[in-house]
Amino acid sequence: MSAERVVTLEELDFLATGAWILGTGGGGDPYHGLLALKALYAEGARVPLIQADTLADDAMVGVISQMGAPVVNLERTADPAMTMKPVVMMERHFNRRFDALMLSEIGGGNSIQPFLAAAKLGRPVVDADTMGRAFPSVFHTSFAVGDLQSYPYALADIRDNEVMVMRCENWLWNERIARKILVEWGSRAFSCKAPRTGREVKDWGIHGSVTQAIEIGRALHTARLRHEDPIAALLTQQNGRALFRGKVIDVERRTTAGHLRGVCQLEGLDDNRGEHYSLEFQNEFLVGRHDGAIEVTTPDLICVLDSVSGEAVGTERLRYGQRVTVIALPSPKLFLTPKGLAHTAPVAFGYDFDFVSAFPAAGI
Amino acid sequence: MSKIGIDVGGTNTDALVLDGTTVLAAVKTATTADVTGGIATALRLLLAEPNVDRAAIEAVIIGTTHFTNAVVSRQGLKPVTAVRVCLPASAAIVPYMDWPDDLRGVVRAGHHLLGGGHEYDGQPIAPFDAEGMARVAKQIADSGVEAVAISAIFSPLNPSCEEDAAAILRQHAPHLDVTLSHKLGRLGQLERENVTILNSSLMALARHTTDAFATALKESGIEAPLYLTQNDGTVMRQEYAATFPVYSFSSGPTNSMRGAAFLSHINDAIVVDVGGTTTDVGCLRHGFPNEANNIVRIGGVRTNFRMPDVLSIGLGGGSIVDMATGTVGPKSVGFRIGQEARIFGGNVLTATDIAVAAGLVEIGDKSRVADLDPAFVRRTVETMYGMVADAVDRMKLDAKPTPLIAVGGGAFLIPDTLPGISQVVKVPHSGVANAVGAAIAQVSGEVDRIFRDRTRDEAIAEARAEAIEQAVRSGADPATIVVVDVEDLPLAYLAGNTLRTRVRVVGDIKATSDITTKSR
Repeated sequence: MSAERVVTLEELDFLATGAWILGTGGGGDPYHGLLALKALYAEGARVPLIQADTLADDAMVGVISQMGAPVVNLERTADPAMTMKPVVMMERHFNRRFDALMLSEIGGGNSIQPFLAAAKLGRPVVDADTMGRAFPSVFHTSFAVGDLQSYPYALADIRDNEVMVMRCENWLWNERIARKILVEWGSRAFSCKAPRTGREVKDWGIHGSVTQAIEIGRALHTARLRHEDPIAALLTQQNGRALFRGKVIDVERRTTAGHLRGVCQLEGLDDNRGEHYSLEFQNEFLVGRHDGAIEVTTPDLICVLDSVSGEAVGTERLRYGQRVTVIALPSPKLFLTPKGLAHTAPVAFGYDFDFVSAFPAAGI
Repeated sequence: MSKIGIDVGGTNTDALVLDGTTVLAAVKTATTADVTGGIATALRLLLAEPNVDRAAIEAVIIGTTHFTNAVVSRQGLKPVTAVRVCLPASAAIVPYMDWPDDLRGVVRAGHHLLGGGHEYDGQPIAPFDAEGMARVAKQIADSGVEAVAISAIFSPLNPSCEEDAAAILRQHAPHLDVTLSHKLGRLGQLERENVTILNSSLMALARHTTDAFATALKESGIEAPLYLTQNDGTVMRQEYAATFPVYSFSSGPTNSMRGAAFLSHINDAIVVDVGGTTTDVGCLRHGFPNEANNIVRIGGVRTNFRMPDVLSIGLGGGSIVDMATGTVGPKSVGFRIGQEARIFGGNVLTATDIAVAAGLVEIGDKSRVADLDPAFVRRTVETMYGMVADAVDRMKLDAKPTPLIAVGGGAFLIPDTLPGISQVVKVPHSGVANAVGAAIAQVSGEVDRIFRDRTRDEAIAEARAEAIEQAVRSGADPATIVVVDVEDLPLAYLAGNTLRTRVRVVGDIKATSDITTKSR
């Protein structure tokens, strides 16, 4: 992979498709962000993608995301002018230009947000994020695992409201304060997290995740063109494992503390006929049980795909009768350390059992 | 009470008179280019039947693909100016952005974005920009455009911005075709706006078409109210259909499935419709098709309509059988089956030839398939049965044994027993299932809203009461109203107990009010 290249118009679709899959059920549909980004590309914008290890140690990198409730996305659509607001705030605060922007979250809609700001401001995007997927909060990021400083961070509203959070006790407080503010703004805020040095991104970023999403999208697209099984193509490319093929027979949902929790029950089809699978989720899929026995948990990526198209099925869109395939993709290595697991394993979501990997041979 | 159901398809116009549960008469005529010619002919033929009493007809219900076809073929559409009340939110993705170029070229007559709209919690995004709207209204009046689509953020929760904008527009330009997006319901601003634009674009055609339907009715001497069927298997009155033509989109498959249910007296079943090229499998719950949960594109435009969830596989009466491999379909001789199938004198081996050879059905010249190896015939029949069984299993909603209703010209390809199927019901006269579906269509009411700070039960009760009120307003008989669908979805990351709740109710068309209307 060369140090810098331009993300092409064709790759934007692949990025959105792959990012929706890496959302592991959450993260929101990237469709609106994709439309807004394509509009910028139509005006001539092109976003360079740079590899993390080419960053200077003292480079300043902006970490971009949109925070809030996915339902708001149904009505309030993506807007690059808003996404760039907190970036400008942060640059004003430090009186320094960001050398590059990076993703907080490759999973779902936040995969596109940094590209919107980068296209507007003419900055490159680093081929890295802090989750390798979607997770509910900043506590589950690789930067939190690395105990990096979580402040200052900038939040902006669509109206003329901007908040700079100067200090916070830790990553948990970082999230709590942001949530309080964004609820006032219609459950939507545009954020620029604490700036990172090039060294920090090299040491604690999840590298290559933008390329990974693009390659997943490309694999599905190519397989469909050839009338081959898109899911099989994805699994081969990503060293993933198919866990279960079936149909949704029940979905139970409830919200607790602002998160969508629930359980989805599947009944087996094809090779899994007569078997049963249950998926527990908290915005994202966290635990998979095959005939009652835990087969996979976070931080392995548990993805539910439409069995025919290979497209991701989000936890909010699970519905009776859907025919889906459950797959697992390997977790980023960084989350498999004891410290990483403390932030991303089932215990980090209130469960009393340990990480179960769908890839036991890989070892922990 | 007697009702006339009419299905206006691309090729044929089917019509029948239904008295209670009895089909009194059924006719099939060719669909005419003006649509109404075929209807007039069908009505004339029906009324000529000795057992049909013109005065006993209480309602005429038409199912038509006319408005869908207008969008797909880009014909009969009016240019529309889109007004969106949203700023400072949602400024980047403007109306028409994700439309196919050719359709955009026909329909787009500019757009305006204005300050206003609401948040999910009912707070205003910004004050509604009434002055801006007055300026926009003047511009629209001067532009000569005849149709306008107005949408606002979270208008299904609070429609006031759309209503205010429409009121201002009326002051400056009173005679435009205007659609407000909240009237079309559901959350999903872009998709709702798309539907709103399509609706405004179709209103002139809809007025013309429904007027012509009414004229055809009048000329036939029938004095019953006219209804059109909607995509969810229920009806809307003629005036409503003229205002909301988009609701008729995709009513065809719905009418077919519901007609099948009615003819078989089964409300919960798998419906398998075997045509010439494909087999469509759908699932009926409480007499209504199970709906797909996805974004549906109409003429290339994203909409969030609920459409019946139908699985199509490449198996039909005309499917070509490969002698070497024994595979069936997806290639088909289609409508040329009458010339190309072996039993009809052709040289292509089709699924129908195999069925004749196996003795499943008696049509054509059986001697022309006598040379086939019986073992090959048996294996091929097994292959076809396997294809049907697989499709049926994929569409079933649970493991419980379920009845299967077989319809369509190729229904003989469906075996008498299937795994997970309690009984296979083959319906006579299933060729008119669409028209039957139209004749039996009911009146519905639906609420899809976000409720805050209520228990689940309270939210559902409130939604149900509103839905019932809606149905009664649309002409349902209150005594017959039943709840057919309740769905609730807690929303992630929102403060408090926030629940999106959807309730749908249906009832029979109220006969007495129809009679009152008639006597005047």
